[in-house]
Amino acid sequence: MSERKIDGPTGVETTEHEWDGIRELDNPLPRWWLWTWYATIAAAVVYWVLMPAWPGLHGYTRGVLHQSDRVKVVHDLADLKALRGAEGAQLQTASLEQIERDPKLQAYAMAAGQALFGDNCATCHGQGGTGGKGYPNLRDDVWLWGGSLEQIQHTITYGVRTGEPGAANTQMPAFGRDQMLKDGQIDDLTEYVLALSRRPANPAAAARATPLFAEQCASCHGPLGKGDQARGIPNLTDSEWLYGSRREDIRDQIVNGRGGVMPTWGKRFDPQTIKALTVYIHANAGGQ
Amino acid sequence: MTVVIDRTKADPARTGSEPVSAAARVRAKAAKGGLYQARVPIYPKLVHGRWRAIKWALMIVTLTIYWVTPWIRWSRPNGLPQQAVLVDFAGGRFYFFGIQLWPQEVYFITGLLVMAAMALFLVSALFGRLWCGYACPQTVWTDLFIYVERAFEGDRNARMRLDAAPWSFDKAWRKAGKHLVWLGIAFGTGGAWIFYFHDAPTVLRGFWVGQAAVTAYVFCALLTATTYIFAGFMREQVCIYMCPWPRIQGAMLDQHSLQITYRADRGEARGPHKKGETWEGRGDCIDCNACVVACPMGIDIRDGSQLECINCGLCADACDEIMDKVGRPRGLISYDTDAAVAARAVGKAAVYKLVRPRTLYYAGALSFVSVLMLWGLANRSVLELHVLRDRNPMFVRMQDGSVRDGYTLRIANRSFYPKTVSVHFNGPAGAVLKTPGAPPTAGDLQVTVDANAIRAARIFVVAPPGAPAGPRAAAFTVRDRRDQARANTVFDAGAQP
Repeated sequence: MSERKIDGPTGVETTEHEWDGIRELDNPLPRWWLWTWYATIAAAVVYWVLMPAWPGLHGYTRGVLHQSDRVKVVHDLADLKALRGAEGAQLQTASLEQIERDPKLQAYAMAAGQALFGDNCATCHGQGGTGGKGYPNLRDDVWLWGGSLEQIQHTITYGVRTGEPGAANTQMPAFGRDQMLKDGQIDDLTEYVLALSRRPANPAAAARATPLFAEQCASCHGPLGKGDQARGIPNLTDSEWLYGSRREDIRDQIVNGRGGVMPTWGKRFDPQTIKALTVYIHANAGGQ
Repeated sequence: MTVVIDRTKADPARTGSEPVSAAARVRAKAAKGGLYQARVPIYPKLVHGRWRAIKWALMIVTLTIYWVTPWIRWSRPNGLPQQAVLVDFAGGRFYFFGIQLWPQEVYFITGLLVMAAMALFLVSALFGRLWCGYACPQTVWTDLFIYVERAFEGDRNARMRLDAAPWSFDKAWRKAGKHLVWLGIAFGTGGAWIFYFHDAPTVLRGFWVGQAAVTAYVFCALLTATTYIFAGFMREQVCIYMCPWPRIQGAMLDQHSLQITYRADRGEARGPHKKGETWEGRGDCIDCNACVVACPMGIDIRDGSQLECINCGLCADACDEIMDKVGRPRGLISYDTDAAVAARAVGKAAVYKLVRPRTLYYAGALSFVSVLMLWGLANRSVLELHVLRDRNPMFVRMQDGSVRDGYTLRIANRSFYPKTVSVHFNGPAGAVLKTPGAPPTAGDLQVTVDANAIRAARIFVVAPPGAPAGPRAAAFTVRDRRDQARANTVFDAGAQP
């Protein structure tokens, strides 16, 4: 078993391990290799002294360098804030139009706006800003409260139907629920509204509702049903329906007169944050 | 025909066949000097000759390239770095004279590495390990360090005497001087490295007043240490134990590769020769060991082609000197092939085959990659365009029935000058482009991109009512007078309402 095996061509002893006729030579390791190993052990000890290393019962050894990734993150975040300070300051002084026209400022506002939108607005308006039933679509060219930069900024700052000063508080009456109109009248009005947006409707019923519309609805929606952006009153002649466009949806809205609420973001955000959001929303809606 | 050179030189002390247990062998080994082998010092003797001269010249050329390159200035406009060769990690750019590469073009570096590998394969197959012997930094710096060692301690015999001698003032100052100069060279090497990664004059000034980046100090220290240790102490052990290339060699070399070869057919039978004796019936090798003492790798080339040999030719120079002295023709040790030696040994004429399948496909692969790289560089546009299509929402229908899709165009301008490019859209008929805050334009849009920068431009495409429903292939093109780039995308007109 333990007879010494010598490899012919090299004259070196083998380990007697053999794989498919190939035997492993038993050359001694170079000594520097050993020293390298000792050096790694020494390096490990130095590491233990310098860096957090050993777990204990109540924590761990901190190391003389007091290295902490948590502290480093805090520092990095502070650095990041300082880095953003310059552009944030620019955002504060520049007008909304200036921001939109300066590619660098716009890119900064868009990036900030995207994060802000995802954190604060997407809950209702959707990640893509396309809204849903009761939540306006911010991507298209229909704006309840106006789609210019200033109008968007105003809406975000003051919110909708919050009761806060500055916020619009227009509220549609619940004609059915509060029994202001009879069921038959509401049916007729529904047909009238359908006809306004040039969709199939019962002409006789619509004709019956003409005086009713002038009496009950025109004061807000206008005699032609075009609405009023200043007060957030929807245009009834376009194809955009916040609470649905089906006959039963429209009837339901006349019965219940719903109106959504948007928070007064001006109380939570500083002006440049609202500016960034404004530019982001405006740009993604095509920018009116 | 494969030639196997028999290196049977079994140590008579180790050929015994008496049964010994493994543990006993470990004990025996430990007694003889341990399981670990200390380095056997090598004292290469200075030689003079053709290959030594080429090695000196190449050392001067390669070291000059290394130390001078970062100091070459190159004028670039718009506040861009003025250094000809600069790897700018902070800015994510690689500058090489008139060329600048961006991180996404790293395939050019990959291509260069593939070319280097192929060239190495080809050269190895043709001429053996020329890289190892002449151009490898390990060889060049070791050569330089041995030059310094020789200047302080003398040639081989003086060095051996000095090492064996007890400590004295003479020994101390020679050793101290050598190590000081070594450290100086090592520091110069490590110091020069950082010039490739920062503006050289700035980092040189900053380095001494403690204002250079931490990485600059770390890498300077690291390369100083590795240079000092590898060239001063590790030397041939780097090649033998650390470098994978000697192992890879085996697959590149064959019996037709030119390698430093002891022409055994001419040299054997070797033996001492006294002046005036006949050369009849014996070989030309006078067993003077000049080739052995000259070898920086510490081998005997007469044992044949071996892993340690770096093909540097110093043994050939040493042997030629001796051959001149004894009046025999030069070239007993020379660049030759195993096949030629074997052929001459049986009295046939030596045949040299440079063109072989192996060299042909290495050359083919090298040419292919080179042409590919040249084609890529020649057709490289300084403009690059990537189009990110809005996916949420996929499309927006307007009041008038038109459909608007949103895109973010990332336009890269890799030139040193700002560019104003016109953005053209190939899509549904009648589609118009628009940017936020500006009215739609019927024709192309103009977008300005800063020098050496990427501009992310938000662009909307509005297709008139009646555009074909559903997603359709479309494309953006950006161009200025000289360059253009194109990117395919999709225009989604949605379902008809």
